[in-house]
Amino acid sequence: MLDIRNIVKQYSNHRALDDVSLHVPKGSIFGLLGPNGAGKTSLIRIINQITAPDSGEIYFDGELLNPKHIERIGYLPEERGLYKKMKIGEQMIYLAQLKGLEKQEAIRRIKYWFEKLNMDTWYDKKVEDLSKGMQQKVQFVATVVHEPDLIILDEPFSGFDPVNAQIIQEEILELNKKGATIIYSTHRMESVEELCDNIALINKSHKILDGAVKDIKRSYRNQTFTIEYEPKVSNGLTLTHTDLFEIVSENTTEEQTEITIRIDASKSLNEILLYLIPQVEIHQIKEIIPSMHDIFINQVTQSSTSNTANHE
Amino acid sequence: MNKILLIINREYFSRVKKKSFLLATFLVPLFFIGMYFAVFYLTMKSFEDNHAIIHVVDQEGSISEQLKSNKNITYSFSKEDLQQQIEELKQKKKNNNLLIIPADFYTSRRIELLSSGKPNMATQGEVRTQLRDIIRNEQYRKMGFNVDSIRNIDDKIQIAAKEVTETGDAKESHTEVAMGIAMALSFLIYLSLVLFGTQVMRGIIEEKTSRIVEVIISSVKPFQLMMGKIIGIGMVGITQFALWILLSFGLITIATSALLGNKDTAQQAMEQSMPDMANAQIEASKSGFDISAALESVNFPELLICFFIFFLGGYLLYSALFAAVGSAVDNETEAGQFTMPITMPLLIPYVLSFGVLVNDPHGPIATWLSFIPLTSPIAMLVRIPFGVPLWQIIVSALLLIGGFIFTTWVAARIYRVGILMYGKKASFKELIKWFRRSA
Repeated sequence: MLDIRNIVKQYSNHRALDDVSLHVPKGSIFGLLGPNGAGKTSLIRIINQITAPDSGEIYFDGELLNPKHIERIGYLPEERGLYKKMKIGEQMIYLAQLKGLEKQEAIRRIKYWFEKLNMDTWYDKKVEDLSKGMQQKVQFVATVVHEPDLIILDEPFSGFDPVNAQIIQEEILELNKKGATIIYSTHRMESVEELCDNIALINKSHKILDGAVKDIKRSYRNQTFTIEYEPKVSNGLTLTHTDLFEIVSENTTEEQTEITIRIDASKSLNEILLYLIPQVEIHQIKEIIPSMHDIFINQVTQSSTSNTANHE
Repeated sequence: MNKILLIINREYFSRVKKKSFLLATFLVPLFFIGMYFAVFYLTMKSFEDNHAIIHVVDQEGSISEQLKSNKNITYSFSKEDLQQQIEELKQKKKNNNLLIIPADFYTSRRIELLSSGKPNMATQGEVRTQLRDIIRNEQYRKMGFNVDSIRNIDDKIQIAAKEVTETGDAKESHTEVAMGIAMALSFLIYLSLVLFGTQVMRGIIEEKTSRIVEVIISSVKPFQLMMGKIIGIGMVGITQFALWILLSFGLITIATSALLGNKDTAQQAMEQSMPDMANAQIEASKSGFDISAALESVNFPELLICFFIFFLGGYLLYSALFAAVGSAVDNETEAGQFTMPITMPLLIPYVLSFGVLVNDPHGPIATWLSFIPLTSPIAMLVRIPFGVPLWQIIVSALLLIGGFIFTTWVAARIYRVGILMYGKKASFKELIKWFRRSA
């Protein structure tokens, strides 16, 4: 859907994006991750053609990005904003028309969305009379009303209560199912695992990691397992002295023991089981896969320290 | 529909539909009508207050024919008995007087003036002057002088101020009227440029602080948004002026015909009861019509066309600058440091228009200021009531068009960067940097 190639964006005193390349697959939910000030907003603005990159190019659906693509993109900025004194209905029609919809078509679709999200009574209200969460809902509808092929959501859940956040999340998934590609920019890692199939991690103007979520997580597995067991022999067994694995932590209660082990890279889980089965009654065994959160923290701190090291 | 049209449409209708717009549209002409009525009423009132009717009892015999009614005094002569007249005077309302001229007036030089109310000083003075002239003339005659030749000696000098135009015919110039119109125009254009320019700035600050700007410029180019706003608000300004002019003229026409209609019937009634007073009133209103004659000497269609041209040009030029300021700041208080230097070139001709410009409308200062695009909207309009050669108006208008194209170009470059700079305190240095960056 989107092919971003070697984008550089230079501001007077810092480089916001330095040679960033990304591929956003069609129909995916793409997580654009990174700490504050990493360059996410700069990249999003370039995709929206609000600003132009200093070098590099972007291909939208195989075509070099150009103004006629604007109508196929929906953008929900992190800093939400609507005209405070304008009636919601008029405002929605205006924004939809700016995205190229005919007035009648705009009215029809707004009606559809307002009914769907239980906002029918809001037409004649002014934005300043709505709560923050309600404004967010209005803004979400404004983002998707022209049925864009690419939807860019910058922190879409901020300001929502859990109930509305759930509703919006379902809407996002439904839009995705209908074919829209979604770029989801956030710091909320738990929602990334829930929603995204692909991610890119940007830190300090550089892309430091990207790919499919399941691939990334697989590559971050480090042969760590949790095992719950009951000793078969009443006098117990000490597992400490073995070169098969290393015990990371151990927790013994009256009924059972829970240990976390890291297996040596040359060994397989089966070998460990062969060693364990004669000695203990295994209740449960589970691989520990690092969360996106851990990967994020890990990568950001790593790249930051290596950066500082480079500077020194 | 074209997107810039959508923006113009929103900017225009969201303002025109506001209550404050409707209020201003109707209140301002009403205010002018009110002024018009007030002036009319006060003139009539002061006329009635100061006008005296003097019934003359001429015991000398030759004086009454030499007394002349004027706009302040109406004399009436009757052969009725003195006592009866005094009785009648008691019944009458104020400003009725009874002038008793004794038979020995020429030697005693004494008269009696009886008033129905408090004796009016102005009336006394007028009567004194007239009687003194009568005595003086009588003295001259006795001494053997020709009264008419004496009169000629101290006759006043009259100046006929005429302006020579290029076509060669001399038309009477009404400098005071031109000055009045010039100052009024200067005030009007200064006020409206600052007013509508500030509206553009406010609109942009609103979009910036409410952050909607990011949504909109993901749909349209920043330049379209800026121009849409400027054009939309400019159209609001023109609508406002057009409505003011239409409403004012309409209401004044209605009001005048109503007033004149009333006056006719009032006059008829008066003529039947007091023919002399009615005559005096007609004379008074005749002298008052001098002003409207002077007004007729002003070329209103030319003035109106020039007003719209220079208002529009000035508006486009200044609103672009205001737009750049609006994009650079986060709130209106912060805007102060930038609006000051912007309004300076407007303030200068505005202040000068009450002195140098009207006193010497074709002098070097006035001429130069009316060519420089920043000052020409005011300076040229101040000069126009005094008559400006057409080529100067055209050159000035062309320079103004060039001027606003330039300021729009500069402003657009600052605007493009500025609207996305949140929470950053801008300085002039910063603005120049943004301007360069947009290259």
